[in-house]
This record gives sequence, structure tokens and C-alpha cells, in this order.
Amino acid sequence: MHIVALGLNHQTAPVATRERLAFKAEELPEVLQRLKDEAQLSEALILSTCNRVELYGICNSLESCHERLIKFLADFHQIEIADFADNLYFHTDSDAIHHGFRVASSLDSMVVGEPQILGQFKDAFAIASAEASTGLILNRFMHRSFFIAKEVRTQTKIASNAVSVSFAAVELAKKIFGDLNDMKVMLIGAGEMCELAARHFINQGVEQVLVTNRTLSRAQQLADEFSGIALPFDIFRGHLDQVDIILSSTGAPDFIIGPDEMAKALKKRRNRPMFLIDIAVPRDIDPKVNELDNIYLFDVDDLQDVVTENLDQRRNEAKHAEELVSREVEKFEQWLASLSVTPTIKQLREQVLQIGNQELNKTLAGFSDLSPKDEQRLKAMVNAISNKFLHHPINYLKVKNDNGDTMPATTIREIFKLDEEDKKINS
Amino acid sequence: MTTIYLALLSGALGLYTLSMVTGFFHLFQPRPQKTLWCKRFILAGASLHLLAFLERCFQAQTLAVTNLHESLSFFALLLGLAFLLIGRKIPLPTLGAFISPLLVVFTLWALATTHTISPQPPILRSFWLPLHVLLSFAGNAFLVLGCIISVMYLLQEHLIKKKQIKGIFRNLPALQKLDESSYLCLRCGFPLLTLGIISGSVWASFAWGSHWSWDPKETWSLITWLLFAALLHGRMNSGWRGRKASFLTIIGFAAIMFTFLGVNLMLSGLHSYAAH
Repeated sequence: MHIVALGLNHQTAPVATRERLAFKAEELPEVLQRLKDEAQLSEALILSTCNRVELYGICNSLESCHERLIKFLADFHQIEIADFADNLYFHTDSDAIHHGFRVASSLDSMVVGEPQILGQFKDAFAIASAEASTGLILNRFMHRSFFIAKEVRTQTKIASNAVSVSFAAVELAKKIFGDLNDMKVMLIGAGEMCELAARHFINQGVEQVLVTNRTLSRAQQLADEFSGIALPFDIFRGHLDQVDIILSSTGAPDFIIGPDEMAKALKKRRNRPMFLIDIAVPRDIDPKVNELDNIYLFDVDDLQDVVTENLDQRRNEAKHAEELVSREVEKFEQWLASLSVTPTIKQLREQVLQIGNQELNKTLAGFSDLSPKDEQRLKAMVNAISNKFLHHPINYLKVKNDNGDTMPATTIREIFKLDEEDKKINS
Repeated sequence: MTTIYLALLSGALGLYTLSMVTGFFHLFQPRPQKTLWCKRFILAGASLHLLAFLERCFQAQTLAVTNLHESLSFFALLLGLAFLLIGRKIPLPTLGAFISPLLVVFTLWALATTHTISPQPPILRSFWLPLHVLLSFAGNAFLVLGCIISVMYLLQEHLIKKKQIKGIFRNLPALQKLDESSYLCLRCGFPLLTLGIISGSVWASFAWGSHWSWDPKETWSLITWLLFAALLHGRMNSGWRGRKASFLTIIGFAAIMFTFLGVNLMLSGLHSYAAH
């Protein structure tokens, strides 16, 4: 019994190849059945996103499993094997487990730590389990993956800092103002990045957005989109004191805001702090403005530095996360090993005997005048019942195992709740 | 009986030390925090400290703030309580790291000075004395807390201005929150200090027959009071905030420390901590 993972991702394949091999969510139920049949898998799951297509499965023998999976992809999508075989990776057993854990934890993502992949993985699992195409092993594999992904998120800072310029601006604003609920934002110019940052600010609950642009109609259009107010470009300076955050990205060749007007605005707003973000190149705001007290000016390079710093930190945190993942892979392998027949028989015996002894002790406690000999006989009876009761199941397990079939062991484990964690869940 | 008192006080010191260690850990560690042990240790420490203080008051049959030992200890206790109170209004996650060293220093210093109970001259026995002491100490505790917050403000402001967006920047609170809570400390501390000075003056008129005798402690209290009055006025009416307000608060801190300790240790006067 082996876990296998075959797939391709943004690192191994160009988008043109990825899109040809992608699966639509609605066709998955049918595909999963075909996959199980054609590749001779006992369990199967398909993860298909814009950055990766991966098949996870359980097969009894690794022999030609790789080829069957490739052939399935080629047949289903009607592509020549040669067109994509080089882009594929194929992992088995502990490597496959490791790979799945890394993907779920977003360590294998284009932007390490991005959160979407976990949701996509969960969706893929939901479809597969609804079709009953996953069983004991993949179910547990997925549950562990999601658990580890959560651990990685909470125990490392892998996803906690902005890795885009526009979001970095929002995080800085939070470090200045605390929360952004009552804040007013002014957009000067209508660059794409400015718009994106404005959207982030709106998501954080800023109170109002003012938009100004040399073309008033464009300003109006944006203002409507943000349910804000449009200002003619020639009067925006008169409103500087009313806003807490200014996002500027005009195409102006020179500075459009200097220290004098900012000093005036500050005085009018009684020194309440202001955060200025200058995303324009060439810059819109005179850097001397940053020398004023209570004004914090960041230009696009400053923000880029923040992002670089955050990315470095993510990479550092990723190392820590990798350790977490490796530890979990070991644990999972231990569990897999316990699925084989010998430990199952041993545990089964122990469990039945334990129950017998518990009941025996209860009964013995009720007797007061039992001779040691009688006690021995009762004990012998409990042992005999346990052994006879287990005789056929154990024989069955052994015979099936000799034929290379390990599924009965997993069934027995499920029926008798031999796994610690299942016991916890059910008790 | 003093053994119980000293045990409680030492326990408080131990907990303050733990809070300092965990506080620094919170401040410098790069991972997100689930529980803020620093604050819990301060809470536990202050609770023991309060018990110690009550025990002492019971022994001395008066508000036990009569000598240097008791003053240092009482001040640390009030500073800890002020921290816990302000934290309920405006939570500042890493403030504990900055407050706990002061708690440790004051408590340690208190333990290192003579801690025999000083008998009170009958002339000083009055209902006004404990009131005067309590109000002045509480006022100063809030003001000192405000100064510590101002130090954090200046640190964070510097980091943002210089664009040092890494390291402890991430663990320091937002500028606005720091400024707000420093202002809150001022608004709590200043009225208490004012009432403390007034009650002292009333008491003085009973004890010595004059409201004000220009002894060094009184003079320096007045200087401190004027400084904070100016700051409060500036904040309320002239839009002083941020850096400017923080610098003034820190000058105020120096004045408080000199009034509280410097005057007694360097100059002599009516307010000396029972000289023996």
C-alpha cells in the first residue's frame, strides 16, 4: 500500500501547459471515478488550481503506477504524453506525504504563505470525499495536512506581513493610527496601484475617500466606485487638512505637494498625524515633508524596502515551517506503519484482553469468599473467550495480508478504534 | 511579622522580574504572541505587593508611607496598578516590557533600604496625611507611566521616520495609541497631583499653622505641577501632541524623580524620610 502524488506546478510547468491539464470543479466527481479505475487506485483526490494540478492516490503496488497516472492525464485531456511528461513530478510514500503537507501549508506556493491554497485544498477534499473516492488513508492524510497548515500559520510569521506595496501601505497606516475606522483618505491621481491601495484601505473600514484628478470625470468615476467625493484638481490643496491619509500617483513632472502647504494643513488640523504615500515616479511629494513633525511620508522605494524585508522574513519563517512539516511527516509515517497487520493484531489482542480483565476485576470485587483456585479458573475463562473470539478475525487478517491486501487491517482498526486520536474524537 | 511582609514583598519582586524577562521576550521575539505573560506576572506581582502593603499598614496602624523604604515600595505598587488600569482602557501589548524594569528597580531598592517601622511624631498624625500621600503618589504614578509611554512613542516615531520597518517596530504599539494613552495618563495623574498638593497644604496649616512653607519638596512639587499644567494646557488648547508632548512629558519625569527622591536624598526639609 503506497501513497503517490503526481503533478505539476508553477515552477515546473508554464501556464500554457498547466491550463491544458487543469480540471474543472464540476467535472471532478466523474473524473475521480475514472482516475480510480484507470490508474487502479483505491483512493484518489485531485487538486486543480491555476498554479498547480496534482493527483493524490493510494495504490497497492508502485509498479507502473507512475505510467498509469501519466496515461490517465494524457487520455483525459487528449494531449501527447511527450508534451508534458517533463513538467511532471512524481512522489511516493514519505515524499508524497511531505509534498502534500508542504502544499497545504503554502510552502510550495508562488508567494510563500499565501492563504488561498489551503481553501482550494479543502474544496478538493470536500469533492473527493463527497464522491467517496477518499478512504481511511487519504482522509487522514488530508486532515493532517489541514491541521499542519493551521499550525504553520499560527506558529510562524509566514503569512503575517504584507508582500505587496499596496498592502504594505495599509500595514504602515495601522502602525501610525492604530485602527483605520475614522480615517479619511485622499487619492491624488488615479494610478492602478493607488486604486488598489485605496481598495485595501476601504476594506479596513476607512470612513471616507476623496478623489482628485486632472480630469474631473475620471475622479468622479473613481469616487463613485468608492462611494466617495470627487474634487477638482485645482482646489484639492484646500482639503489637505481634512484627510489623514494621502495616496498620490499623478504623472506630474514636479512635486505637487511641498512642506509649506503641509505645514499649513497640519496647523489647521492641530497636528493630528498624517500618513502620505507617494507612489508616483517621478515623485509627487517633496521629501522635505517627512521632516515635519507628525507627518510620515513614504515613497515607492520605501514601501518596496518594506516588502523586501517582509519577504525575507517569510523566507526565514519558511525554514521554521519546514521543520514543523518534517516532524509531522514522521508522525504520519508511524501511523501508516501501524496500519500493517502485525501491530494491528497485537493491539487488537491487547484491547480485547484489557476489556476482559476490566470486567473480570469488577466481577471479582463482588465476591468475598472466592478461593485463589476459583479465581484462577475465572481468569482462564476470560483469556479463553478473548482468544476464541479473536481467532477468526486474526486468521482472516493474516490470510489477506499474505495475499498483499492491507485494507482489512484498516477496517479492523476503524471498527475497534485502535488509533489513539480516533479514540479521543469519539470518547 | 516582618518576615511575612518581607516574604510577600520578595515574592512581588520575583514576579516583577519574571514579567521583565517575559516582557523583553515579547518585545524582541519575531513570532506572534498568543498570551501576554508579562502582564499576568505584573498583575500577580502587584497583588502580592498590595498584600504586603496592607500587612505593613496593619502593623504600623497607619498608611505605611513614612520612610524611604516604604515610599519606594508604595510607589512601585501604585505604578503597577496604574499600568493595569490604563491597560484596561487602551491595551498596549508591549508596555509591560518598559514598565517592569522600573517596578524591579524600585522594589529592589526598597528591599535594600532599612525597613524598620518608623514611629510617627504625634504632630504629623492626622486624617489629611494619608490622603495627601495617597493622592500625590497616585498622581505621580500615572505621570511616570505617561512618561514611559512617551519614551515608547519617541522610539516608535523614530523608527517610522527613519523607515526602520523591522525588529521591534513590529512589536511596538501604534503611534496614535501611544499618544492617546500618554495623554490619558496625564489627565488621570494631573488632577490627582493637584489634589495631593492641596490636601498637603490643608494638612500643613493644621500641623504647622501655615499652608506653604517653601521647603524644597514643596518648591519642586510646584515646579513639577507647573510643567504638567503647561503640558496639559498645550495638549488641550494648542494641539501639542506627538514628539513635542513626549519630550515635555519626559522632562516632567525628571522633575518628578527629583521631587520624589532627589530632594530627600540631596536637600533637607520638612518632607525628609524620617532621618535615622
